[in-house]
Amino acid sequence: MAVFAAIMVLVPLAPGWPAVKKSFFNSEIFVQVFPGLLNAFLLDVAIFAWSAPLIFSLGLLVALARDVRAPAAYPLRLFAILYTDIFRGVPVILVVYLVGFGIPGLGLPRPWNSPYIWGTVALVLTYAAYVAEVFRTGIEGIHQSQRAAALSLGLSNSDTMRFVILPQAIRKVVPANMNLFIALQKDVALLSFIGPVEIFRQAGVYKSLLANFTPYVGAALIFLAITIPATRYADFLLSKQMRARS
Amino acid sequence: MARLETHGLCKSFGENMVCRNINLTVNDGEMVCLIGASGSGKSTLLRCLNLLEPIDDGVILLDGEDISTPGLDPQPIRQRIGIVFQSFNLFPHMTAAKNVMLAPWRIHGRRHVDLQGEIAALFERFGLADRMEHYPDQLSGGQQQRVAIVRALAMRPEIMLFDEITSALDPELVGEVLDVLRQLRAEGMTMILATHEMGFARELADKICFLDAGAIVETGPPERLFSNPTEARTRDFLARVI
Repeated sequence: MAVFAAIMVLVPLAPGWPAVKKSFFNSEIFVQVFPGLLNAFLLDVAIFAWSAPLIFSLGLLVALARDVRAPAAYPLRLFAILYTDIFRGVPVILVVYLVGFGIPGLGLPRPWNSPYIWGTVALVLTYAAYVAEVFRTGIEGIHQSQRAAALSLGLSNSDTMRFVILPQAIRKVVPANMNLFIALQKDVALLSFIGPVEIFRQAGVYKSLLANFTPYVGAALIFLAITIPATRYADFLLSKQMRARS
Repeated sequence: MARLETHGLCKSFGENMVCRNINLTVNDGEMVCLIGASGSGKSTLLRCLNLLEPIDDGVILLDGEDISTPGLDPQPIRQRIGIVFQSFNLFPHMTAAKNVMLAPWRIHGRRHVDLQGEIAALFERFGLADRMEHYPDQLSGGQQQRVAIVRALAMRPEIMLFDEITSALDPELVGEVLDVLRQLRAEGMTMILATHEMGFARELADKICFLDAGAIVETGPPERLFSNPTEARTRDFLARVI
């Protein structure tokens, strides 16, 4: 609080403050661009909305592939391990660039050269790797005795996974996945680099048009309006789970 | 007639040999109790019989048929041999009734509505009629263990294995679970128990096997084994626990 108060008092005393105030916190420009920003943000929401289920499904599939024990399925496991290692090891922006520019560069006909498709693919590939790891920890966190109990009844491996292990594992990792999806909501803005005029790109357009940085501040506020409540909700779920376990 | 037999069964975890050359015969309708200190191999033996652990050497015969060949589909065998664990292992995200119905539904393809009556009768029989819609964490340890027994029985197994099923219970709850075993005994179920309840074993078992360091040291009817053990190790063990 004291630090915050100090900033509030001291920053306006800095010599460059009037200029910064004019170019970053310009209320007239803020009012002027806000509706446009909000409109562009709908595209972020849409990209998020169609990416999230794809990420959830692919992440789950990869986590399941890593759990398969049959020796014959070893290549599948190896592939899943390589996949998670690679896509967790590369910055999202690089994947967006490589997939977003590289694949349409193959000369695909419309609509298959759309940056929406390949941008989404880039996000899905990256985030599914993280989500897969979260699911895997969830699956491994379910005690072996649950698997033993299910198998001992004569249930198949796949039924054991589907009805006994997964329902418990997925519930356990809801907070961790929530955090990933909050990060995804922010990273949707990275697609602006390959074309889609979403909020970050729109803010850039306003910036050039009005020679003012206020649109970026507006965009930041819009992101915060979504991510802060979502983060609080994830924390709430986590603490609820902690209480239930103790 | 022998329902379940093992010949020369051996099982190791790494360097540690947990079952050594186990020869065990369980006849139809018999109740066999495995006694011995913790770590003597009782639990592992039961897990091997249920095919939860692959064995390293020897054979397991169910009605004279070898069920221990590697590569054999364990599912149909496990349906014939039920097991109940020390730690209940109910599925915490399902009600007691759902816990019980899962296997018959998935394996025999029987729908919940068709199963309902039969399952309700099972719950009734073991004093759990008003507990069907409870979740495991809403039940006492004794109730959870009885549900676990009902869950195994719902598959209509021919043989039941019980792995120290009263060891995790508060003393006042042990009785209600032992009563269930008495009931099954009276109905003629073929059973193998790993147990520390010496009084119970003495009262009901047809045969006692004393295990030490993974081997069956001595086998005999309870009267003889408890009152007149021939092996020094059996005498020492009994002197410590009784």
